[in-house]
Amino acid sequence: MKNRNIIVDYLARVEGEGSLFIKIRDGAISDVKLKIMEPPRFFEALLRGRACTEAPDITARICGICPVAYQMSAVHALEDACQLKVEGQLRALRRLLYCGEWIESHTLHVYMLHAPDFLGYSSAWQMAQDYPDIVKRGLQMKKAGNAVIEFLGGRAVHPVNVRVGGFYKLATRSEFAPLVEQLGRGRDAALETVRWVAQLPFPDFQRDYEFVALSHPDEYAMNEGRLCSNKGLNIAVQDYDDYFIEEQVPYSNALQSRIKGRGAYFTGPMARYNLNFARLSPLAQEAACAAGLEESCQNPFQSIIVRSVEILYAFDEALRIIEEYDMPVQASLPFQPRAATGYACTEAPRGTLYHRYSIDDEGIILNARIVPPTSQNQKTIEQDLRYYVAQVIHLPEQELTWKCEQAIRNYDPCLSCSTHFLKVHIEHES
Amino acid sequence: MATRMLLVGIGNPYRSDDRVGLLVIQMLKSKQLPGITCIEHNGDGADLLEIMAQAERVILIDAVKSGVVPGTIHRFDMHTTWWPSAMTFISSHAFGVGEAIQLARAIKQLPAYLLIYGIECSNFGTGTVLSPVVEQAVPGVVDLILEDIQASTLR
Repeated sequence: MKNRNIIVDYLARVEGEGSLFIKIRDGAISDVKLKIMEPPRFFEALLRGRACTEAPDITARICGICPVAYQMSAVHALEDACQLKVEGQLRALRRLLYCGEWIESHTLHVYMLHAPDFLGYSSAWQMAQDYPDIVKRGLQMKKAGNAVIEFLGGRAVHPVNVRVGGFYKLATRSEFAPLVEQLGRGRDAALETVRWVAQLPFPDFQRDYEFVALSHPDEYAMNEGRLCSNKGLNIAVQDYDDYFIEEQVPYSNALQSRIKGRGAYFTGPMARYNLNFARLSPLAQEAACAAGLEESCQNPFQSIIVRSVEILYAFDEALRIIEEYDMPVQASLPFQPRAATGYACTEAPRGTLYHRYSIDDEGIILNARIVPPTSQNQKTIEQDLRYYVAQVIHLPEQELTWKCEQAIRNYDPCLSCSTHFLKVHIEHES
Repeated sequence: MATRMLLVGIGNPYRSDDRVGLLVIQMLKSKQLPGITCIEHNGDGADLLEIMAQAERVILIDAVKSGVVPGTIHRFDMHTTWWPSAMTFISSHAFGVGEAIQLARAIKQLPAYLLIYGIECSNFGTGTVLSPVVEQAVPGVVDLILEDIQASTLR
């Protein structure tokens, strides 16, 4: 059976709808296509003509898992256009809100979507029958992340408290007390999580990737920084369009990104970890090292460890921010719209999320551009599959399919965001 | 005494037949039943798990696909019968309704009273119009749930 087309119709445990097609000819991979069939969503078009103040709430609707990321990239880009700088406690609170989203999104992926792969279960509920306490721990952590978003954002999904210039309403210091207790328990659970995922069996798989993430001199970048890579990229986010390009591919409803003149790149937790390890908190660094990670990690299957380290960091950082919280006098800063274009990248759980808006003097949006992380990782996912399938090509069909799905889940892709069930087709020509 | 009961209609309003759970819950909500909370839900499993943990009596209504005639009403009492393996709850979420119920059972968090209504659907393409046979099933599901509420209150 030298020629075969492997077709997997439904890839589970991935947000949104898509399929994978792999063609094997003469015992070698001849084609890999990650097809995202989710219908186009036209968010960029429906933003045109709307007030810039509406952008955070409209774009939050792109995703139910990472609405905060959309809100953050939106407000930062619009503030860039209006030359407004949000500093101090308001900036810290935005970071706290982002910590909540990293916790809830990463925990869902680590426990419900990714861990079953390593332990040989086809779903989280089957894993829960043998590991009920571990799954309960994951649920408790996710709940803590949701609690942060609900507390700061007004509700856990599609929060409503974020605005250009800051927030609509702020909490007093004493109101944070119940959250502190919950986050403290969450941080302990996160430390246990890093230890737990470190023991999982990982395939020996490494490639030479270009990792791209925001980098900031003083902190593990979330909302702000320069866009950097391990291969020399170091640019202001305003220059994003000069270095990155989105292309249409005939088989997918999502655009694919590449670095001009270089090609595929890798964004997300692994990229952040590799570029910004030194800015993690001591607790997160120690846990990563104890888990056997070095300061850089090239094996995408180990992204489950990196993601867990980021969960731990997010709990640690959230507690630090709350500890230092001093309620600002103003919940938001006033601003005057001006005709300009604004740019922002922030670090969504799955990777860098780019927003660009042009607005007029009245603050009406003239055009908008949104590049979600999954579009950026698509090419790298396809390339991983080309290399990885070659390693596991001898396996029976069902197992091979599962391996492919696992390799895709390394990226925690959100097909909903990238346009939006994943069907996998592995076709064997014979 | 009014019974504290939670009714959850699940669906995506823009995926044709998938809307059916939402239609059922909207009709039940308009009846303003005492002691009954009605929720429209998008089917995110992790959130559903949270919601179910907060109530002793829960009825879920969702679109399903098992290969029988569209419009067929399935009813399962989760403490006596489980759904057939050929049946799937329709969700584009990575962790959906079926997973949430299975997981709740695995970690022993299933509500003491849990009924699932599944309405067999056929068209899950984008759009807001239901297949006529699916829409026609809605009043029947509402009546059955009203009977369940009555019977549950009497228990």
